[in-house]
Amino acid sequence: MSAAGHISSLGPAEAELDGPPDPEGQKRGWSGYLLLLPGALWLLLFFVVPTVTLVATSLYDPSGSLQLGYQMTGHWQNYVDALRDYGPQFVRSLIYALIATIACIVLGFPLAYAIAFKAGRWKNLMLVAVIAPFFTSFLVRTLSWQYILGDNEALVSVLRALHVLGPEGYLLATPFAVVTGLTYNFLPFMVLPLYASLEKIDPRLIEAGTDLYASPFTTFRTVTLPLAMPGLVAGTLLTFIPAAGDYINSELLGNPRTRMIGNEIQDLFGAGDYPTAAALSVTLMAAIVVLVFVYVRRAGTEELV
Amino acid sequence: MNTFSRWVGDRLILVLGLLVLLYMFVPIFVVILMSFNAPGSRNSYTFNGFTLDNWLNLCEPYQLCSSLRTSIEIGLLATLVATLLGTLMAFAMVRHRFRGRSSANLFVFLPMATPEIVMGSSLLALFVNAGFAGALGFWTIFVAHVLFCLSFVVVTVKARLSGLDPRLEQAAADLYANEWQTFWRVSFPLVFPGILAAALLSFSLSFDDFIITNLNAGQEVTFPMFVWGANQRGIPPQINVVGTVMFTVALLVVLLGEMGSRRRAAR
Repeated sequence: MSAAGHISSLGPAEAELDGPPDPEGQKRGWSGYLLLLPGALWLLLFFVVPTVTLVATSLYDPSGSLQLGYQMTGHWQNYVDALRDYGPQFVRSLIYALIATIACIVLGFPLAYAIAFKAGRWKNLMLVAVIAPFFTSFLVRTLSWQYILGDNEALVSVLRALHVLGPEGYLLATPFAVVTGLTYNFLPFMVLPLYASLEKIDPRLIEAGTDLYASPFTTFRTVTLPLAMPGLVAGTLLTFIPAAGDYINSELLGNPRTRMIGNEIQDLFGAGDYPTAAALSVTLMAAIVVLVFVYVRRAGTEELV
Repeated sequence: MNTFSRWVGDRLILVLGLLVLLYMFVPIFVVILMSFNAPGSRNSYTFNGFTLDNWLNLCEPYQLCSSLRTSIEIGLLATLVATLLGTLMAFAMVRHRFRGRSSANLFVFLPMATPEIVMGSSLLALFVNAGFAGALGFWTIFVAHVLFCLSFVVVTVKARLSGLDPRLEQAAADLYANEWQTFWRVSFPLVFPGILAAALLSFSLSFDDFIITNLNAGQEVTFPMFVWGANQRGIPPQINVVGTVMFTVALLVVLLGEMGSRRRAAR
């Protein structure tokens, strides 16, 4: 449950009190089911049923169309065709999402650490600052990056003057721009769970490491990092998953050769090729489920859900 | 020497953190700046001069204000329903004992772990297969928004609720309050900040959603869809006004909430 639990720190009025409720505070009987029913029905009808429908759609005969109707023929060939045609976009999505996730860890860790241990009475203000940019529309923020990375703007000029970029060098419409956008847009999803984990660490444990003549690096590796692991796992999933399925950054900041799997799924639905689009969607979900499973196993955190 | 290096280490990490925070705000500064930009050419993203025109003529670009209105309507409606259903679920999951609790947890977590494009395609597949292909619009967007807001509401309210001492509710029962009175006079006021946070989160998620909405919108245009379309035609500077307003309002709400909880803590 921890990944889900961390997201709650998005809420400004987070519960300050800790500790599980006394089991005796729980009521028995059917009233629990009654409270659960409306929400569970909504999830069943609009999450479970659609997922089944999506899998079914991915097996329709691709010669049908939206107007003429589709035939359910168990057409597994859709998957073979989809992967043959869109394999590169698939791999690219996973690579971009991976780089963006690593960048989020590199940027997010110092920030989360600073908020948890060094911010003092500015802690809450800094937390608000982490969520605040979040509230300006995702698309408007990404368009803002389009401007910042633009060919005739300050950043490119400075990099050209410093010879980081060649005289004709540019940033916009490159894989770099797409990954920058992904990193930027999903950074809060890394910072918040990391902060939630770090905040629970007793600072005296870190001091003890130093007192016992461990170098700052050893203390970090053997004390801080293992204790921050649940947050790191949750943050990684919360950045990687949306980043792998995103197409906004690729469309607004990239070029035709940076297209990700999301772009293709969206366009295929737009063009009315439902079976192929559905097959790609199911494959993306399957890939993510597998990755999540392997990652959570490796990281040794079974408390995720 | 050791204390000195520790002092430097302390400052360094704080400076690094603040730099990252600054990076997070750079695009926001650009949005605010550009909302006061006098557009020179078709490409509004070059600063030409200060003007208030964009603020005064907000509704000038075709469909901007109607799309804003649609987004606000869907946002309010979806927030209302998701907050209601999610709060009930959270109460069931924290305060009630029933079979299948862990699968209920998983069930609530899964939609949050699903990429938007997959959730959007599943819903579209459902609507199309159920014969609603022609009816895509306001209500299909509403259904989708309630769905993805629901999990976030459950998680937020659950966090607040599980931090509350159940003995407060038991005390009310001991003092002959019936279940209804206990809920409205004890549980609800205590959980209310969590519910409010969940509602704010829902509204901003709904207002901001593009990927799922775009797949299930039919002819309806929400604000993010307007921005998307505008990117292809040339971006009107008024978009940055909306961005600035959203940022300011959200910041004010969060800061007011923060002040409110401080005052409550001080009491």
